[in-house]
Amino acid sequence: MSMTEGFEPPVPKGAAPSNADPAQETGMPTLLLVGNPNVGKTSLFNRLARRNERVGNYPGITVERRSAEMPLPSGRRVVVSDVPGAYSLSARSSEEQIALQAILGWAGNPRPDLVIVVVDAGQVVRNLYLALQIIELRVPVAIALNMVDEAGDRAPSAAELERLLGVHVVPTNGRNGAGIRELAAAVEAELGEPRRPRVHVSYPAALLHDVDRVADALPDEWKGNVERQRALALWALSSLEPDDELTGITPGLRERALEVFAGAGERDLDREIIESRYQYLEARLAELPTRASEARGGRGLSRTERIDRVLLHPAYGFAFFIAIMLLVFQSLFAWADPAMSLVEGAFAAVHSALENNLPEGFVRDLLTLGVVDGVGNVVVFLPQILLLFLFIGLLEDSGYMARVAYLMDRALRSVGLHGRAFVPMMSGYACAVPAIMATRTMERRRDRLLTMLVVPLMSCSARLPVYTLIIGALFPPSSVFGVVPVQGLLMVAMYLFSTIIALVAAAVLGRTLVKGRSVPLILELPPYRWPSFGSVLTMMWLRARAFLSEAGSVILAFTILMWLLLSYPKVDPPTDAPSQPAPAASVSVAPNDAKLEATPSFEAYQLERSFGGQLGKAIEPVIEPLGFDWKIGVGIVGAFAAREVFVSTMGLVYGLGDVGDDDAPLRERMRAEMHADGKPVYTPLVGLSLMIFFALACQCMSTLAVVRRETQSWRWPAFLFVYMTGLAWVTSFVVFQFGRALGF
Amino acid sequence: MMTLDQVVPGVSVVVETVGGARAFRRRLMELGIIPGTRVEVLRVAPFGDPMELSARGCNLSIRASEAREVQVVAAAAEQRASVSPLAAGLAKSAP
Repeated sequence: MSMTEGFEPPVPKGAAPSNADPAQETGMPTLLLVGNPNVGKTSLFNRLARRNERVGNYPGITVERRSAEMPLPSGRRVVVSDVPGAYSLSARSSEEQIALQAILGWAGNPRPDLVIVVVDAGQVVRNLYLALQIIELRVPVAIALNMVDEAGDRAPSAAELERLLGVHVVPTNGRNGAGIRELAAAVEAELGEPRRPRVHVSYPAALLHDVDRVADALPDEWKGNVERQRALALWALSSLEPDDELTGITPGLRERALEVFAGAGERDLDREIIESRYQYLEARLAELPTRASEARGGRGLSRTERIDRVLLHPAYGFAFFIAIMLLVFQSLFAWADPAMSLVEGAFAAVHSALENNLPEGFVRDLLTLGVVDGVGNVVVFLPQILLLFLFIGLLEDSGYMARVAYLMDRALRSVGLHGRAFVPMMSGYACAVPAIMATRTMERRRDRLLTMLVVPLMSCSARLPVYTLIIGALFPPSSVFGVVPVQGLLMVAMYLFSTIIALVAAAVLGRTLVKGRSVPLILELPPYRWPSFGSVLTMMWLRARAFLSEAGSVILAFTILMWLLLSYPKVDPPTDAPSQPAPAASVSVAPNDAKLEATPSFEAYQLERSFGGQLGKAIEPVIEPLGFDWKIGVGIVGAFAAREVFVSTMGLVYGLGDVGDDDAPLRERMRAEMHADGKPVYTPLVGLSLMIFFALACQCMSTLAVVRRETQSWRWPAFLFVYMTGLAWVTSFVVFQFGRALGF
Repeated sequence: MMTLDQVVPGVSVVVETVGGARAFRRRLMELGIIPGTRVEVLRVAPFGDPMELSARGCNLSIRASEAREVQVVAAAAEQRASVSPLAAGLAKSAP
């Protein structure tokens, strides 16, 4: 291949539609940060990105794209964007295709002026494999030789490497910021006068013949100079398959690539391409005088291997794993509580301050019951989100998260989940909202989606008050065999039930609706490193910000909607309320208890006539086969805001006012509630049916809001709501009808 | 000749051929595990699967079902992780 071909002339910007990108608005040069996973790319990005950081998505796909401004030594500013980690440009899925599209400025991405390839100084050959592919595309490249200190004598000299490859090579350290100024200077020099890389892989003649046949079928937009065409033909030959999930591939190109691949007969084209590149890299790097052997035979065990001998040990390793996971769980379940109470207290204070100082009316109610409570409903999630991402950041950065996937692969694979789904699933016991956000730790969309769809089935802490109320009201505090308390047993049973259903749902959904090709597990177990707290804090902040701005607005809107639903239309106080029973199938016959003989409060009267109350009545025929009356229906409607709201809504329905933390009067009231025929509304069977309904139904607007944010569409939250609520109805129906048939 | 899943932890082998589904073999080779590469089996996960390998100074984990598709031979004790038989493989594939 000749090296005399120049780079393509720059194409004026603005043609690509991506209005979210600062480069599009300012005309600043665009840089990309590309590299293998686990090479410290994110830390380096955090060092380079100084201003105006933006987090968006790559066009047409829910893969996060961070970009920010970076100053150069001359004061000139450029925009740097982070590209998801990749070992190679070859791709099978649209996510893997992002790297190629970003590097070439295709598919709505801005065309980069320079690609910085971050190379792990301890893994030079494997990392340069990716750099080689990018250089072959004739895109301007500079190399950041990262983590030289960790690599020790395995690290090549940057100067030697620069001489060898003909591109800028700058030693950097994303952790302490070393080399950042030098990298900025190299960027400035490269933008001024691009270098010509001295890189030339000699592919076998027969392969080149095949490559040229594929190059002939490239669509016109892909054509450029002959070097890039060959590189693209190599990419097509490596990537295209009859069942790949790539986008923007013309049928002609796919057909030709498959034809050439099949026509190779005994020859193995994948192996020829990959071996040629490795052979080239090995041969060139062997010229370096300073490079020590990559195989570290006879130098004793590395630090990582010494740690892994303990942490991946069948016994101690597993004990450590359980201890770490318990710590994460405990923090979400218990330690987040004081902060959440603080948030709730603060918003309650604002709520009552406004209530006391504003004139009664729609505006006051909108501000207090809608806006203040709505914002409170959003902010209350922050402690758990921040804590979970603190742990995830520490686990990812230290290298332990890859070990979690390694340890859990066998167990979770059996139900179609990724090994990394363990942390989101476990976090689901505390709250589905941070747990769904934690699915970001998985690369594949299919893995993320499947986890997101089953996490809300895990028994979250908002179900606890509902279970507590029902068990306390309807099941006696007796014991089985004199030792095991029935109430505790039921609680454990509900947790077991939710876990089993979630795993079964994963197995079913993973084989049907979110069916993904089973991908081979090739998991890198990176060296253990001290986490970089700066990076962890940045990630916590970005996640919290994304939640507040994107999911927050939906939760706020839902809160206002729920308030309107349960408060309007306003009715006048009844003039003859005591003599007129509620026009419904059940009336209250309250024996013995003076408190319960009181007439229904005006609050209950208003609630019954609100849209929500009417909705509760309207759905009565649907929920009657589950054993529920319309009052429970109103409770279910109210619990869409959050499951624990069921308790306070039931308090209002029964005219008990705000029940607060003590639900004893409500329990009494439930036991006393009778149908018109004198039979109790709440039997233990109804209680069981109701608990199962709450375990399975998607009674949580915040979950839907966060699924919408993560999938960037209303389709999946809509599906989640329908399937969970449908599953809840069917299961409660079966349990109630069977139970009744058996005489309970 | 044996397959990688049969190798006992602590033993080093040299890769002969990488087989299996295209996505798997391509990704494994792209990570530098190509014919001629020396691989050490480090350990097997608690449930018996997947297994952890060390190659080119990097640790990877693959499942037994896929390791079964990788043919290996015993490594000579002094052999370095290199791609020496590569030229032979390429010569064979040329026309």
